[in-house]
Formats: sequence, C-alpha cells, structure tokens
Amino acid sequence: MGSTGICDRVAIVGMGCTPFGEHWNKSADDLLIDSVTEACSSSGIDLKDVDAFWLGTMLSGFGGTTLSVPLKLPYKPVTRVENFCATGSESFRNACYAVASGAYDLVMATGVEKLKDSGYSGLAYANRPDDGTEEAISAPAVFSYLEPAYAEKYAVPRDVMKEVMTHIAWKNHQNGARNPRAQFQSDVSKQTICTAPLVAGSLGIFDCSGVSDGGAAAILCRAEDARKYTDRPLYVKGLALAAGSGVGVLSPSYDYTTFDEVTKSAADAYRQAGIRDPRSELAMAEVHDCFTPTEVVLMEDLGFAPRGEAWKEVLAGTFDLDGQLPVNPDGGLKSFGHPIGASGLRMLFECWLQLRGEAGARQIDTGRTRALTHNLGGRPGRCVSFVSVVGSRPD
Amino acid sequence: MSLVGYGAYVPYWRLTDTSIRAVLGSSGGKGTRAVAAFDEDATTMGVEAAREALATAPENFVPEALYFVTTSPAYIDKTNATAIHAALGLPQHVAAYDFGGASRSFCGVVDLVRASNQTAIVIASDMRTGLPGSADEATGGDGASCFLMGSPDDSVVEVVASTSVTDEFLDRWRVPGDDASAVWEDRFGESAYKPLGRAAFTDALKKAGVGVDDVDHLAVTGLHSRAVRAFKTWSGVRPESQAEDLTSRIGNSGTAAQGISLAHILDSAEPGEIIVTVALADGADATVMRVTERVASVRARRPRTVSRLVDGPHGQLSYGSFLTWRGRLNREPPRRPKPASPAAGPALRRKEWKYGLAASRCANCGTRHLPAARICIQCHASDHMLVERVADERATVATYTVDRLAYSPSPPLIAAMIDYDGGGRAGTEIADAGPDDIAIGTRVEMTFRRLYTAENGVHNYFWKARPIREANK
Repeated sequence: MGSTGICDRVAIVGMGCTPFGEHWNKSADDLLIDSVTEACSSSGIDLKDVDAFWLGTMLSGFGGTTLSVPLKLPYKPVTRVENFCATGSESFRNACYAVASGAYDLVMATGVEKLKDSGYSGLAYANRPDDGTEEAISAPAVFSYLEPAYAEKYAVPRDVMKEVMTHIAWKNHQNGARNPRAQFQSDVSKQTICTAPLVAGSLGIFDCSGVSDGGAAAILCRAEDARKYTDRPLYVKGLALAAGSGVGVLSPSYDYTTFDEVTKSAADAYRQAGIRDPRSELAMAEVHDCFTPTEVVLMEDLGFAPRGEAWKEVLAGTFDLDGQLPVNPDGGLKSFGHPIGASGLRMLFECWLQLRGEAGARQIDTGRTRALTHNLGGRPGRCVSFVSVVGSRPD
Repeated sequence: MSLVGYGAYVPYWRLTDTSIRAVLGSSGGKGTRAVAAFDEDATTMGVEAAREALATAPENFVPEALYFVTTSPAYIDKTNATAIHAALGLPQHVAAYDFGGASRSFCGVVDLVRASNQTAIVIASDMRTGLPGSADEATGGDGASCFLMGSPDDSVVEVVASTSVTDEFLDRWRVPGDDASAVWEDRFGESAYKPLGRAAFTDALKKAGVGVDDVDHLAVTGLHSRAVRAFKTWSGVRPESQAEDLTSRIGNSGTAAQGISLAHILDSAEPGEIIVTVALADGADATVMRVTERVASVRARRPRTVSRLVDGPHGQLSYGSFLTWRGRLNREPPRRPKPASPAAGPALRRKEWKYGLAASRCANCGTRHLPAARICIQCHASDHMLVERVADERATVATYTVDRLAYSPSPPLIAAMIDYDGGGRAGTEIADAGPDDIAIGTRVEMTFRRLYTAENGVHNYFWKARPIREANK
C-alpha cells in the first residue's frame, strides 16, 4: 500500500487555453471547442487520434456528452468529473492515470466553466435539497475566516495583514497585466486595492478572484512517445489529491491558519517528484489564490515559507515575478480569472508556457526545470487539495 | 395543575416613537417598543420563553403537553407548537397544540390547564404592529411568556379564586389575512370594558375573601390601553401595589403581556403576598393568587429577570429597518439567488439537529460532532454515538466574518465558527449583533431563529448564536 506515483511516465504534449473573462458571446460549447482546437494545433495532433477524454466542469453540464456533442466525437470514451474548484486538476489527474495504466495511447483532459450566465456577479449555484442548516455564507466569507485567525495566531497587526493581502492582489494583477489571456490585464495600485469596498470580513473586492468563463485542455501520452508530438514536452513528476474529513469545521483543534489537505497533498507530490526544498527547486508555482489570505496560508502549507513567516516573505517580494520563487506568474485566479472547471488546467498551461520559454513578457529567467500547480476546492477545514509537479526534463 | 415555573422573552431590539416621528412627522408618542428581529417570529420567541421557563422547572417536572398561544402564527393549518416541541427536544408522546386567533385565548388555555390533571408548558407569544403611523405600531410590542403547570406541591403561586366574564361587543377586530387590526371608537371600548373589569375583579376578590387593601400586586393587561389605565385607577388598589407598567419600555405584547407582567411580579414577590391579574379582552378575567414559599428557589434558577430583559442591553432600530423587517417596505433585495426552501425529507431526518440542536458524542473516544455523525472523526468508531443536546451550552468564537455578499433578509450576514464549552465546533450565523459586536474569543449562547422564509412560504428555522451580554459569560 502506498502512493507510488507515476513520475516521468506521462507527458503533456499539447495544451490550449482560452482567454478567461466575461464571454457574453461564447457558450461552454464554444469555450470547449476553442481550447480543444488550440491544444491539438499546439502540437499538430489530429483530434481523431485522441483515444479518450476527460471533462472537468462543476456547473456547466452533466455527462460526457457535454464534450462529445459540441466536438462531434464519434463514440469515444468521455468521463465527466467534478471536484469543486479543483475540477480541472481532477480531469488532468484521471487522464494521466489512464495513460500510465497503458489503457490508452493518447488522451485529452479538458475543463470548462460558463459562470457568467447566472445573472449574478459572484458565484451562484443551487445545492442539493437539504435541511437548511448549512451556513449559507459566500465563498469570500468562508475564506475570510483565515485572516483574523492568522493575524491572531502570529500577532500580525490587522493593518499589516491588509498590506500583505494587498501585496498579493497587487502582484497578481501586475502579472496578469503581462498576460494577454487574463481576465484583468491592467496594473492596479495598492491604494485602489486596499480601499476597495468590502465583500466579506477584511476582504475587499480586489482580494477576490475573478468570476469568469473559460476553457482549457491538455493532451497526454506515455513519456516514451512524447517526442512524436513535440520536442518540448512536460513530464508529470507528481500528482496528489487529498480530500479532507471535514475535521476543521467539526473540531476546535483546527485554527484556520492552514489547510491540512494542502500539507498532505504537497508532501505526497513532493515525495513522488523527489522534491526536498520546493522553494529552491521550483522554477515557479501556480497556486489557488481564490482569495488573498488563501495565498498567504498556501505559502506555508506548500513549504515555500516557514510557519508564521509567509506574511513577511510576501511583503519582501519573495513570490513576485522577479522574486526567489515566482507565484502565480500568469496572474493566478485573482487576475487570470476563475472559471472553475478550467482553472486547474490553466495553471498547467502556465507551466507549459514558462518551462518551454513561451511566456513572453512575463517569462521567468531561471535554470530550474520544474513547476508546481496547486488547486483547492471547498472551504478551510473541509476541502479537497490537488498538487502537481511537472518538469521539462525526465529525471 | 399549578404554576410551578415561569419564563419570559423580550427581543433585543427597540424602536422609539421618536424615530417613527422623525420619518412620519406627527405620529407617535414618547415610548419605546420591543421589536422581534428579522429572524424572529412568534414561534422562535416562544422557544426562547420556554427555555427560560424550563430552567426554573422543579426537578420532577415532566410535561405531558405543550400549548402555544398566539395571534400572529408563523403558519396556519400547520401546527406551530410542533417546532417549539422539537426545539425544546421534547419526546414524541408530549402533545403539542396551537391556540390563538383572539388575544383572549391565553386566559382560556391557562384556565383549562389549571382545571386539568395534565402537566403542561403553556406559551404565549405575539408580534404586534399595525399600519405605519398607527398607535398599534408605536405601542405594540413583541415578546413571549411561558408558564410551567405542574403539581400543586411545587406551586409558586396558589390560585385563591378566579372569575371570568364575557360579552359580545365591537372593540377591535381583524379579518384573517389582514396585516393590521381595526378598532372602534376608543371611548366605546373603554365604557364597554368598565363594567366587565369591575364585575370580574369584585367577584374574584369576594370569592377569595380578599380586600382591595390586601392586594400586594395588581397586573392589568389588555390591548385597549385607555380601558387598562381606567381600570387601574378604578380598582382602588394602592399605587405602590400596582405592578410596574412596562408598556412604555417594551410595548404591549398582546397575548404574551399577562405572562410577562406576572413574571415581573414573581421576580420580586414575597411568600404570602396577594397577586391579582386582570385581563381585559372581550370580557374580563380576574385571578387572585397567593405567592408560596417556593418562589425564592424558582427565582434563583431564573436565567434572566424581566427587568434584565426590559432594561438590559438592547439595540436601537431605525424605523426604516423596522418597516423592512416587518415586510412593510418593499426594498431592493440582495442581488443574490433567494435561498432554497428546506426540503421536507432532510428536515425530518435531521430534526434533532435542525430543531433540537443535538450533537453526537463518540461513546468510544468522547469526540463531539455537530451535526451528529455516524463515524467518529477522531477514532473512526462506527455507529457508536450518544446523542447530546447542545442548545443550552455556551460557546466561544474561533473565527468570524461579516459577509456582505451572501443573501440575508437583513444584510450583512455575520457568521462565525464557534467552539462549544462541552466540545465540538460548528459554523453559525450570529444574531442580534452588528459587525462591531464580534471578535475572536467572543462568548456566545444559542438562540432559535427563523433564518429566512423561502419563496414557497416555508420558514427555515435553525439555531444561531448571539453574543452574551451578561457580565457572567
């Protein structure tokens, strides 16, 4: 028994990602067609040569036909998966395992979300029928629980916490301003960020990720076949997923300054990938910055900063584009946007660009060859966490 | 059966006549009224009063029935007493019935229970208002009271005599479905009540063998305030023996007013003292009681006195919020989907949680789970749980938020993760509080509330936490 991983057995050989944003003129079908088409053309792969498909979407369709009908796929296996905001990563993870198992030669992982048809500005969806006792609070509110808890535990003055959060939003907007596919492509001043209207707790509007429409896709094959499709494949080094038991919302032992699901999934992925010191070994990380306090906590959970120190590292610029470990160089959920089912694959798309030297104005100049994606779904205390490590060279 | 315990509830919020006048101009007097919050109704206030009363119950008190009296029911056809029954965690074999319609109903129910040999919880709860600018709006009040009726051996007061007189005349009325009452000319009602009140009072005192000067406490209640005032003067009871009039501070809470008034008297009455209550409603009900020795021990168990409820910490409400909360101001709703109705099946399956706020505690390792879980999160023992009510336990805020995005009938929604003193954690909404009333470490207690009413008319009842404002937290 154990999580042995599939290090260097699967390669990404093609990727596509639509611009994220308010696509009033595009349906989920359009976004899937656009991202799948780009993934194929990125490596000259014919869609009909893809043997099996995975589709991640949380709210934009049920069943495999959500993908097979718009793409007119003839009787191929299509598996629709859902795992909260980590849905796109779940699509990728399952597709990887299908290749690693030897069952298929060439597969595609897709993800899509069409959020802007709801008629509401934030995330709005119906839960299954229930007894009405679950706290009906918004996503920013559950994540805002982190901020007073972190401030209390590490004696960070609340105004300094606000500066830390503001720095993260500012940094991710700076990065997004260098990304032509991002939902928000302009720099936002720290003054504007920290004086924006409050949404929940101390979170202002700029502390929240963009709610958007978008699609992304990746084509995978066995590592030994990768060079048939591209001379610059990415190799899957580690894949980990942890679904929590919900102990944090049940037990006073949880203090809202960490995600146990993240530390567990990160440890698993690092072990599979042979990473000992992520901060010095990774070229970059795409992390689940759904709200700015989340990114603070993730820096510690992913081992990028010691416990209680992430807030100082953030202010010191460690995770800026020109810092020791750039985090969310594409703008992250914050400014690239967060179409749920597509986000996990969007993170991999940035790794694909950066490790292949195709990131343009935001290209990170580094000799490091590995990158991390981290995708979270649920709420502090009760969530799913996905961590992947990919690299441009086989070990 | 005799009165063996009692409780009262007055909501946290207050509306002053001055704030009504600031909006409407000439309307209103000089008083203040209590206002049920947007998440309260007759049912939830009834639960609060009953919890206060049950805290005073004799050890051997086992209720056989629950009677709920209101003129402002949250539902008709469906029994409201069942939600109270469930919120109090009463067993299925305890009967639960609604009474109401007329504000007089309370006197009748108490008389019936007194004459029966069935122990009972009798709750009166009302939300009273009227058209904007009306006297009913300004002088009405929201509140609840509860009598525990049990063995005469445990009685707090013994009833010496009572008299009820009835007459048919047009004082006040409301057609079902209307949201405000109408009244005939004030002076007509006053003159109609005069002989009725006198007849009941005189007869009850005569039967009891008690003179007017022997009366230590006189409580007169009724929705006709002129008639009430006139009767007090006429009664001849010494001014110092007239019960303190609370209506200028909390308003007139209709069916609940008599119970609140008696509770207020009992909070300070001495054994042997004579209490007379007179209720003027479509007739008159006069009751002569003598306070027993047990009043002191019952009083010692009271969580909050009526004085505390009336004059303790409270929130000032703007007239705009009042009108909004009562549905009289059609405000722009939050731009969020309206929350879904609680579904019947899940609500039934989890009624011990939803209504009784019952947790489960692992019989193996002692870990508490809210809501009840089948598998222990700590030791993973399966189906090895003991059910535990946590509604009457206090808790501490672990972390919190002010949610300006979520749907709420009265935004912003304040929520917190709270850790119960007896173990276990749950997420909860915070009631009767503003953003400045909450911090990590704030002490809270649980209160039964109506979270919202779904579009199909179903009220979503569940518990919230409210900051403890007493010195002893």
